[in-house]
Amino acid sequence: MTTEVVLKIAISGVLTGLVYGLMALGLSVIFGVVRVVNFAHGEMMTIAMYLVIVFFSALGLDPLLMLVPISAVLFALGYLMQRAIINPFINRPEHSQFMLLVAIALIMVNALLLIFGPDSQGITTSYSFDSFDIGGIIIDAGKVYAAIAALIVAVALFAFFRLTLTGKAIRACADNYNGALVVGLDVKRLYALTFGIGAACVGAAGTMLMIVTDVTPAIGPAYTLLAFVIVITGGLGSMPGAIVGGILIGLTEALGGFFFTPSAKTMFSFAILVLVLLFRPQGIMGRKTA
Amino acid sequence: MNLLLEGVPRSALILLALFFAALIAAPMVLNDYLIVVLITILYFAYAGQCWNIMMGFAGQLSLGHALYIGLGAYVTAALYVKFGVSPWIGLLPALVIAGAVGAVIGFLAFRFGVSGVYFAILTIAFAEFARIGFDHFPWVGGAAGYFLPVANYTQNDFFNLRGSQTMFYYILLAMTVLAFVLCHLLLRSRAGYYWLAIRESPEAAEALGINIFRYKMYAVVLSAALTSLGGVIFAFFYNNLFPEQVFHISRSIELILGPIIGGIGTLFGPVVGAFLLTGLAEGLREVMLRLGIDLPGVKQVFYGICLLCVVMFLPEGVWPPLKKKLGLDRDTGKKGS
Amino acid sequence: MASKTRISRRTFTAGMGAAGVVAGTAPFNIISAQGAPLKVGVLLPRSGAQAGIGQDCQRGVDITAGILKDLKLPTLQIMNGDTETNVEVARARAERLINEGAQLLVGAFDSGQSTAIAQVAEQKGIPYVINIAAAPPITEQGYKFVFRNFPTAPTILANAFENQIEIFKVTGNAPKTAVFMHVNDTFGSAMQKGFTGTMAKFADTPYKVLETIAYDGTARDLSVEVAKAKATNAEALVMVSRLNDAILITRELVKQRWSPKCVLSMGPGWYEDQYLKTLGKLGDGPMSFVPWYDPNKKLSKALEAALAKSHPGINMNTNHVYTFEALLVAADAYKRAGSADPKALADAIRATNIKDNVSPGPGIQFDAKGQNAALRNSAIQNRGGKLVTIAPKSASNAAAEHPMKPYDKR
Repeated sequence: MTTEVVLKIAISGVLTGLVYGLMALGLSVIFGVVRVVNFAHGEMMTIAMYLVIVFFSALGLDPLLMLVPISAVLFALGYLMQRAIINPFINRPEHSQFMLLVAIALIMVNALLLIFGPDSQGITTSYSFDSFDIGGIIIDAGKVYAAIAALIVAVALFAFFRLTLTGKAIRACADNYNGALVVGLDVKRLYALTFGIGAACVGAAGTMLMIVTDVTPAIGPAYTLLAFVIVITGGLGSMPGAIVGGILIGLTEALGGFFFTPSAKTMFSFAILVLVLLFRPQGIMGRKTA
Repeated sequence: MNLLLEGVPRSALILLALFFAALIAAPMVLNDYLIVVLITILYFAYAGQCWNIMMGFAGQLSLGHALYIGLGAYVTAALYVKFGVSPWIGLLPALVIAGAVGAVIGFLAFRFGVSGVYFAILTIAFAEFARIGFDHFPWVGGAAGYFLPVANYTQNDFFNLRGSQTMFYYILLAMTVLAFVLCHLLLRSRAGYYWLAIRESPEAAEALGINIFRYKMYAVVLSAALTSLGGVIFAFFYNNLFPEQVFHISRSIELILGPIIGGIGTLFGPVVGAFLLTGLAEGLREVMLRLGIDLPGVKQVFYGICLLCVVMFLPEGVWPPLKKKLGLDRDTGKKGS
Repeated sequence: MASKTRISRRTFTAGMGAAGVVAGTAPFNIISAQGAPLKVGVLLPRSGAQAGIGQDCQRGVDITAGILKDLKLPTLQIMNGDTETNVEVARARAERLINEGAQLLVGAFDSGQSTAIAQVAEQKGIPYVINIAAAPPITEQGYKFVFRNFPTAPTILANAFENQIEIFKVTGNAPKTAVFMHVNDTFGSAMQKGFTGTMAKFADTPYKVLETIAYDGTARDLSVEVAKAKATNAEALVMVSRLNDAILITRELVKQRWSPKCVLSMGPGWYEDQYLKTLGKLGDGPMSFVPWYDPNKKLSKALEAALAKSHPGINMNTNHVYTFEALLVAADAYKRAGSADPKALADAIRATNIKDNVSPGPGIQFDAKGQNAALRNSAIQNRGGKLVTIAPKSASNAAAEHPMKPYDKR
């Protein structure tokens, strides 16, 4: 019995971790290229989650179908944010960037509060309450769909950065900023693109999360923090690192909550974070040069 | 005295004296509401000044300073409630504990070469650790909160920090002034020059033979210990402590908005920032009230927009350009700002 | 316009005299002529983490005016203050409202914010009626101007066990085992502290607690918590939660295919509108043991009608009831005191004896500590998207449905 419960919890942790990983991937991409730490990351995801609510109640669209449109909206948001607001800050000190994004986050949280009210909101799809029973191990169907979608998006993103010309150009920017300028790349546009892509990741992750959880305006900062923990654990700037970090943190919180007291489960992810920072500051998958 | 006043232009001294006199006289003129606002301002000015030692002087970005506030608050409150120890004595262990925790974090970070954003995240991690830890620490109430006994004091009991808000106002004013003077002296000391060198370029500082590890540690320990005193006042003024409120990351962020908006690394930055931000928050509430807008959240949106504008258009904060306007910038050669 | 100038002159005088103000004598509270509305400062967390509850309490404020008029009670002039779920703001707002001329304060849902406001009220000698806050220390401080018409955590627990035992006896079906899950926040951990002790006092409690699981109320995912609870194979699920986590836990119960015999909630969440709306027929069944209202009282019906008129589709709940009653206490005391003098008001509140009220029990009265110790809590159950009161029998309007219908058979 216990092994079954543990297995079930572990699987659930991995599945949730994949979705969190996708969210963190956005943060990692932005940092890796633009070198700006997005302190409004969780808040951007809350925007995506509210978009799901709006589309769902207006059109009754399944969140899985909304994946692409909502990612596109968030892409536009990220692109514009970078172009209009963040771009002048890329060479400013960290605390200045931090301040800027904290201000943006504050505006987002309270604008959402004004528009949608303070109550938690969620959606109920046809498969919201489904679960698979595999040999006595019960697995949440929504989580499985969300995790699969997250994986597909992540793979698509890897492919984009490896295979397309724009993707390669962005990577060149990240590796050597001056070099990219010399070669004649439009760095400003590439930065905006990158921020857009990072935001799109968050959009996709937020859409997937709405299958399994609810949203309130105030939840944003908690997700921002979670994204940080994951990204640093996995390696800031490393794309596979974000996914690995997500799985690791998802798993740790699940098992930590089961074997110890659940109210302290986030403590375990912070413990991992501290250990990683001290002994492998570049993160599990990060490159040594970081 | 010489060291204190050397190189400070006369006009600055006069302005400073006027400002200080106004603050001393304030409780006699202002109503209780405005005194509470001033208490909030001084609290943030003091804590911001302490944070500035670490970030503004030595260049180490801490996003977890609520940790030290909370430690100071819990240590003195527990000693007072459980053993009747006066907060004036209790603050000694509070200083030591907060300083020691700062030392541990600094030691781990600097020994293992954690810096920049990574260091900032590490400080968040420790503050979060403390938050969850105190949530599960029943000796001081755990998540249910820790309450200090309160009564209606007709007389101020200075020794036990029980009394009117005017008393707290003057204590905080004294703390803010002392912190200000201390920072002023620090900036002109050897440590101060070393810190600025480390902040500008750790590599160059090291090449000059500065023991950067040691001086970074000094900054962290000093900043942590002094910040805990802010927590002592917090505990005895509000008389209740909840880990979710005291250690929360939003508290850490609140603390550092002032010095960043005011002007990081400057002496007046934290003070100016605290006045501006608290004044802005209260002012916005008044405006909303007058306009009859009663929508929760509107005020915070405008507050965010104001922050955004300041950080966009005044990248160095409000104080440096303001100083120029006031014609007070002659003494700044030594402040490195 | 004329009155406006007067206020500002008073405020000015207050400011000039503030340095010399001794607690209890606020010079600007000149006794107002009877007939002028009482200025009541209402402090609620309407933004920040508790925005949802604060705004729900505000609905209770909105519907008060009409009812007070029907009861021939004096008018209240409401002055709103948003505490932003923050102790410092709560304190500053309280000062501000008093400064603006508030003659009585009401609020503030949360124990920490209420403590901060209580200190201001006490120092200024302005009566403060707490609408909701369960932490016992607030009325244990010997305050003279602070009143609470809301049960403390120990009372909520004691009543919960009484009502449970009554229900199990009536239905003749009692769970033998239970698992206790509680959110680890201010309220949840205060409840947890008192739980074992209170249970021991009720020897008739049929179940024993197999495991206690504390969880983080801001958690986004509670699957582990529910899996852990399910693994105990307990018959009953005893809960102390908030709204968001109540919804998440119910979803997990369904998804993990676990239908306890009953869900016994001793706090918010399981009866709230959002819960019922979000979960539909899966929201039916849980029993909540909470500060509630007596559906049979005349005033309850009036309040329900007023709420239905101004906020259609919203079920009346604890937040509306106790916010309303706090204002009721204020208006009633103002009528009897005949003046807005804070001392006279406080004395009048202390002598309160309202029989025609909403909450269960004999009515509203305060003991020497300023606590309404006569308050009784109810047991309610979600049935068909509506709430029915099932215990105590004297204040109920339906019989309990126990055990509840399994989630997979709906």
